[in-house]
Amino acid sequence: MSDLFSSSSDLPANLGNEAMEKELQEFLLVEREKAKLQAQIHEFADICWDKCVDKPGSKLDSRTETCMLNCVDRFIDVSLLITNRFAQMLQKNSNY
Amino acid sequence: MESLSGSSISSSQRDELMETVKQQIAVANAQELLTKMTEKCFKKCVSKPGSSLDSSEQKCVLMCMDRYMDSWNLVSKAYGDRIQRERNRN
Repeated sequence: MSDLFSSSSDLPANLGNEAMEKELQEFLLVEREKAKLQAQIHEFADICWDKCVDKPGSKLDSRTETCMLNCVDRFIDVSLLITNRFAQMLQKNSNY
Repeated sequence: MESLSGSSISSSQRDELMETVKQQIAVANAQELLTKMTEKCFKKCVSKPGSSLDSSEQKCVLMCMDRYMDSWNLVSKAYGDRIQRERNRN
């Protein structure tokens, strides 16, 4: 959980107004991307927990661990497969 | 983001703003984790709600909580690795 609540800012103390605004916008973009990644991790944890964990024990056994890791990769595979196929379908339909 | 333009803020105000944003995101993230953990561990550990949360249920919930955080970290790592691999492929 080390990176969950981490914060670091090592920015120059004084900038012009325009530069400051640009910097803030960039900061917000980066934070938004990080928030999206974390939301995705919450979703994966939700889905893969249901798939992989039976009765929670004193530690995650190696089978469960492998299942979790595979679960994330296969979910992404499915997502890519469906996205590509769907894009193809849309393209075919637009040819008529 | 229009509200930012035109107004001038000092660098200390900027730092404060950034810190506030980061804190709010961290709080939202912790809340999400808390909500999910509660939901998942209630489901796993309390199959038939009785008149009180008995000690085996409590034990189960506490263990479940730790395992959910393990899982979260594992998934986070797997996702990070995958993103890295996809980047290297392209």
